[in-house]
Amino acid sequence: MILIAIISLGGIGAIGAGFLYAASKKFEVYEDPRIAEIQDVLPNANCGGCGYPGCPSFATACVNADTLDGLFCPVGGKDTMARVASIMGMEAGGADPMIAVVRCNGTCSARPHLNNYDGAKSCAIAASLYGGETGCSFGCYSYGDCVASCGFDAIRINPETRLPEVIEDKCTSCGACVKACPKNIIELRKKGPKSRRVFVSCINKDKGGVARKACANACIGCGKCVKECPFESITLNDNLAYIDYMKCRLCRKCVGVCPTGAIHELNFPPKKEKPAEVTEKTNQKQ
Amino acid sequence: MLRTFRIGGIHPPENKFSAGKKITPLDLPAQVIIPLGQHIGAPAKAVVKKGDTVKVGTLLAQAGGFVSANIHSSVSGKVNKIDQVIDASGYKKPAIFIDVDGDEWEESIDRSERYIKDCNLSSKEIITKIADAGIVGLGGATFPTQVKLSPPPGSKAEVLIINAVECEPYLTSDHSLMMEKGKEIMTGVTILMQAIHVTKAVIGIENNKPDAINYFNELAREYKGIEIMPLKVQYPQGGEKQLIDAVMRRQVKSGALPISEGAVVQNVGTAFAVYEAVQKNKPLVERVVTVTGKGVANPCNLLVRIGTPISKLIEAAGGIPENTGKIIGGGPMMGKALVSADVPVTKGSSGILILSKEEAKRKPVYDCIRCAKCVNVCPMGLNPTFLMNLTEFLDWEAAEKNNIVDCIECGSCSYTCPANRPLLDHIRLGKGKVMGIIRARKS
Repeated sequence: MILIAIISLGGIGAIGAGFLYAASKKFEVYEDPRIAEIQDVLPNANCGGCGYPGCPSFATACVNADTLDGLFCPVGGKDTMARVASIMGMEAGGADPMIAVVRCNGTCSARPHLNNYDGAKSCAIAASLYGGETGCSFGCYSYGDCVASCGFDAIRINPETRLPEVIEDKCTSCGACVKACPKNIIELRKKGPKSRRVFVSCINKDKGGVARKACANACIGCGKCVKECPFESITLNDNLAYIDYMKCRLCRKCVGVCPTGAIHELNFPPKKEKPAEVTEKTNQKQ
Repeated sequence: MLRTFRIGGIHPPENKFSAGKKITPLDLPAQVIIPLGQHIGAPAKAVVKKGDTVKVGTLLAQAGGFVSANIHSSVSGKVNKIDQVIDASGYKKPAIFIDVDGDEWEESIDRSERYIKDCNLSSKEIITKIADAGIVGLGGATFPTQVKLSPPPGSKAEVLIINAVECEPYLTSDHSLMMEKGKEIMTGVTILMQAIHVTKAVIGIENNKPDAINYFNELAREYKGIEIMPLKVQYPQGGEKQLIDAVMRRQVKSGALPISEGAVVQNVGTAFAVYEAVQKNKPLVERVVTVTGKGVANPCNLLVRIGTPISKLIEAAGGIPENTGKIIGGGPMMGKALVSADVPVTKGSSGILILSKEEAKRKPVYDCIRCAKCVNVCPMGLNPTFLMNLTEFLDWEAAEKNNIVDCIECGSCSYTCPANRPLLDHIRLGKGKVMGIIRARKS
C-alpha cells in the first residue's frame, strides 16, 4: 500500500516539477546580474535623492546608462559610486558633495510674532492659508514639514530659535526637505572644503525697510556684499542677495559688511580680530 | 415638505443677531486701500498712477484677462501710492491707496433714488455693461459675472437660479438687502434673465427668513417668470451645485459646470449690483457687510465703500470687544481668520465675524474613530477622512481618483468630526496640489 502512495505522489511531484522547469525556462525574464550587485552596494535607503524612485530603479538606471555621468547617489557618496563604477567597469561620475542649507535666520527674538496660528500643524497647510505668524511672509513657519520629510533624522527644529537645523554628519543631501518646504527656504549647496560655507540666510524679497521691520536679521538688499565680493559671486535680485556657491571662494569679506548679519559663515576657525562676534554667529547657526 | 439638497449637509446654530437691522451707510474713511486682485482669475491692471485725482466710479484698474474684472474707485480723492498690502488672503498683494477728499461722483452715475423698472437693452449690451461695472459674484466666490453670463458655445441656459439662501450662520447682509431693495433686486433678476435668454427664474430662500419670502412672493406677482422657492434650512445650500440640486432636482456631474444642467446661478447681491450697473450706470463701489459676533455691542448691516479698512466697520459696531480671539472675514463656516484689522473690505467681503477666545479655540485632535459622520455630511458625496489620509501620505494619484477636486471646502466635515480632526485643512491642501498636477498635465 505504502508503495503505491509513494509512487503516485512521487509521480505527481515529478510531473509538477517538469512543468515548473519548462515554464521557468520558457517564461524566463533575463535580469542583468549587475543590477542585484549594484543594489547590494547601494545604501538601500530608498530616499529618492538620486532622482529615481528608490535604489532598485537607480541600479537599473546605472546598468542601462552608457556613462555614469549624472548618476550619483548622494547618500553613499563618492565611495559607493566608485564601487558601482568598478562593478560596471566604468569611470565614476564626479559630483561635489552637497548639503541642505536653511536660508532663514528669523529667530524668535529677531522676528516678533504678530498673530497666532492654531490650525493643523503643517507648514504646507499654513502656507496655503496665509503668510505666517510674523511680518515676514517668506520666512520659516517652524511646524517641521522638513523634519517629518527627513528619512535620516538629519534635521530638527531648534526649540530656542524655532528654526530648523541641519545635522551635518547625518545629512545626505537627498533633497527631501527641499521639496517638503512650502517656502523653498532650504537649498542644496556645495558642502565646501571642510564643510566651510558662506551663504545668505534669508529669502525675503520685500523692499529693505519692509523686510527690516518684519525681521531684524533679514537681507535688506543693500548691495554692500555685491560690491565687496572680489569674485563676482553675489547677485542682487528683487532686494535679495544670493551667493553662487560655484563662484564663491570663501573669502568671507561679505560676512563682515552685511549690516543685518544675514550672511552666515559655517565651520570656519574663529577670526582673531573679532572673536566675540564670530562665536556669537556660530552659536546662532547649525 | 420643503426642498433641500439631497446629499449630506449640516445645520449649525444660526446666530443671526443682525437680522432685521436696517442697512446703515458707513462714514467715509480717511484712506481706502483697493486691492487689484478682488476676484477669481487674473488680477486687474492698474490704469491710474500716483498723484492722479479720481472720483467715485473712476476706473482704477482694467480686467487683466478673460476671467478678470474691472476695479473702480469707491471714493473721490488722490491716489497716494500703489503698494503691497496684506489682504484677506493673508499674503501681500498689490493695492491702490487713495486719500479721501470730499465725495464727488462721476457724472454718468445716476445717484437719484428713482426706481427704473424697464430695461430694453439687448443681451450683449447688458453683459458689456456688467463687465464695465466690474461686477463679480457677491456671495463670496467673486467669480466675474460677465463670464458666467456668457455660456460656452453649445450649451444653453434653461433657468436662472438666484441664490438668496444665505446659509452661512451669523451673516445677514443678503437678507437685509432683500428687505430694503426688493424691487431693485427683482428688476436685476429680470435683466439677468434677458442677458441669458431665459424665461424662468427661481429665487431660492431658506425658510429662516419668512419675512423675505412673504415680501418676495408679493413682489413676484408683478414680474413675469420669477418663482420664489422657500427651502429647508441646511448648510451648505448656498453652494452652486447644492442649490441646483435643491431647486431643480438635478445633480451637476463631477467636473462639469452648472450650465451643463441648464442652470445659471447668481447671488441676490449680484442681482442688485446688476440693477445698479445697468439701470443707474453705477459700478461696483460699495456693498453690504454684516458685522456680528456674540460679543459685539451692536451687530449691524453696513453699506461700505470697497477698500474701507475693517477696523472702521468694527468701530461702527461698537469696537473690538475684550476677549476677542479671532476676527473672521466672511461667515464662521467658510470665512477666514484675518491677520489684522487693517485688512480692507473687498468685493467678496460679506461679513465680519468676531469670535471670543473660547469660541475661536481649536479643540485637541484625537484619532479617527471611523464613525463616518464626515462621510454622511459631505454635500459632494466624498469620503473626507480617506481624502485627508491620502493627502497626509502624499498620494495625489489616489486623491485625484477619489475626486478630491470636487470638494467645495464647505467645512461640514471638520464641523461634525467628534475627534476634531482638521479634515478640511488637509483636503484643501490636497485639492490645491491635485489641481496643480491636473493643470500641469493639460499644458
